[in-house]
Amino acid sequence: MEGAALALEAVTKAYGRHAAVDGVTLGLAPGERLALLGHNGAGKTTLLKLALGLTRANGGTVTTLGCAPGSPAWTAAKREIGFLPESVAFLGSMTGRETIRFYGRLKSVGRPACEQALAHVGLAGAAGKRVKTYSKGMRQRLGFAQAILGAPRLLVLDEPTGGLDPESRQSFHETLQVLAGQGTAIILSSHVLTEVEAGTDRIAIMREGRLAACGTADELKRRAGLAVTIRVAVRPGGGARLASALAGRSSERINDHAVELRCDAGEKRALIERILSLGDEVEDIEIVPPGLDAVYARFGGSGGSGGSERESAP
Amino acid sequence: MTAVAAIAGHEVLAGIRNRWMLAATLLLGVLALTLAFVGSTPAGPVAASRLAITVVSLSSLSVFLVPLIGLLVSYDTLVGEIERGTMPLLMTHPVTRLRIVLGKFAGQVTILAIATVAGFGVAALATGLGDGGDAEAWRAFGIMVGSSILLGAAFIALGTLISAVVAERGTAAGVSAAVWLVFVVLFDMALLAVLVADEGQVVSGDLFRVLLLLNPTDVYRMLTLAGSETVGALSGMAGVSAEAAFGHALLFPVMVLWVAVPLGLAGLLFGRKEL
Repeated sequence: MEGAALALEAVTKAYGRHAAVDGVTLGLAPGERLALLGHNGAGKTTLLKLALGLTRANGGTVTTLGCAPGSPAWTAAKREIGFLPESVAFLGSMTGRETIRFYGRLKSVGRPACEQALAHVGLAGAAGKRVKTYSKGMRQRLGFAQAILGAPRLLVLDEPTGGLDPESRQSFHETLQVLAGQGTAIILSSHVLTEVEAGTDRIAIMREGRLAACGTADELKRRAGLAVTIRVAVRPGGGARLASALAGRSSERINDHAVELRCDAGEKRALIERILSLGDEVEDIEIVPPGLDAVYARFGGSGGSGGSERESAP
Repeated sequence: MTAVAAIAGHEVLAGIRNRWMLAATLLLGVLALTLAFVGSTPAGPVAASRLAITVVSLSSLSVFLVPLIGLLVSYDTLVGEIERGTMPLLMTHPVTRLRIVLGKFAGQVTILAIATVAGFGVAALATGLGDGGDAEAWRAFGIMVGSSILLGAAFIALGTLISAVVAERGTAAGVSAAVWLVFVVLFDMALLAVLVADEGQVVSGDLFRVLLLLNPTDVYRMLTLAGSETVGALSGMAGVSAEAAFGHALLFPVMVLWVAVPLGLAGLLFGRKEL
């Protein structure tokens, strides 16, 4: 994982007898956006804490921006890390501007960059107001502003879109895309699967402290071996003829002119050819691949496979 | 040092915003003025300035109030931020844990110093300017204010240590109250009880001197009340300094140790703390 913004090698973190993170190997390349998925308690936040040096691993190695958390070079390395915690909190008696300037001073970031960050998250107009008057979404945006201060090389975001309205979420993901384009490596944990699928390059699913699966959304869908849904629209009255033509297949007749079938990805082509052989009876065919929610249920859910995987270097 | 200054500045601003500084200043100021005017009234024809009498009164006030303010300002400085969730964010910034401790300490000492100088200063000006205030009384006042700030710093360091050790803010409050009670009330009572019971058999003069150094409030009393001839005479402490053979040259470093040791321990323990 040389050159990786973040590299975890067989990392384990236990609290008493409970292994919050259990032998996780994961890498994050510069410019890559990685989503961490998993139930509450799956180990996502602990993994992020390990990456940030907020807690120490019991086993394995953590390398963040080329150095181990806690090493002599670590304090300087933190200048290039941006972090947004799950429930970001600030002193309510400070204004948004005072808050961002405080973190700016710690990162040796000048006032113009602080103002720019505030403007970027749409808080320029409210920067003079005290944080205690901010809504949850505004506090989250202030948190995001401090996270992107100083153009970080690594951005660690724990449930970053909680409390954001749809417009802010859109803007948030656009910003992530721009930052990734500039080489910032981004790791974020989330429960919002639709956002994760659209706004990240790879997905890592955690289950009971282990890395249950890691790959692009398409890779995970293929590896999950989940059924593809094919919806076939036929001419009025053709539903029964289609069903009989596909006799022996598991199908669900929706109504007189629509049928829904499920098949493995491998037999999709052959099945479509069979449907098309019905000629003019078929009006339309819609192929619905398995959604990320199904993939998540397969790998990360309580009924998912219990295995773990070592993720290869990005 | 920029990070330490930034954190200290943030702490002072927070102290101003949450009115801690104002409350501490008003508390010290009002009580100091009351003591200055009421306490120095019965001086009558005593050959001492009202300022010297005020210094004695203020010293007695400081022994109780300054440790209390110091602990109140600092007991949740670390554990409170961890509970509120602001500490993890701070720790991901380019600043070491020791500097976080130092920055917060510096900010809190600044708050206490401003409150002490302003609060006691008003009383000193009101009494000292009234009858001229001789140079020795002003010197004693200066030592008293400086010592009060050092005493406050010692208790801020103790509060920081408590904050680094405990896991919950409520526990920190309880332990701080116990620490205040022990150092301000119980220690001297216990020492007195031991001296009376012992009747000089075991507790020798040397041991007694050392025992006094184990309490920052006693060190403070010796610094402020026994340091000046006039003030010492007024406070009944005139013989203590000579008897204890502790001059300012020893007492100041001891007081500095009372600041440095708890603060160093707090830095060490906080550096090892798991979040």
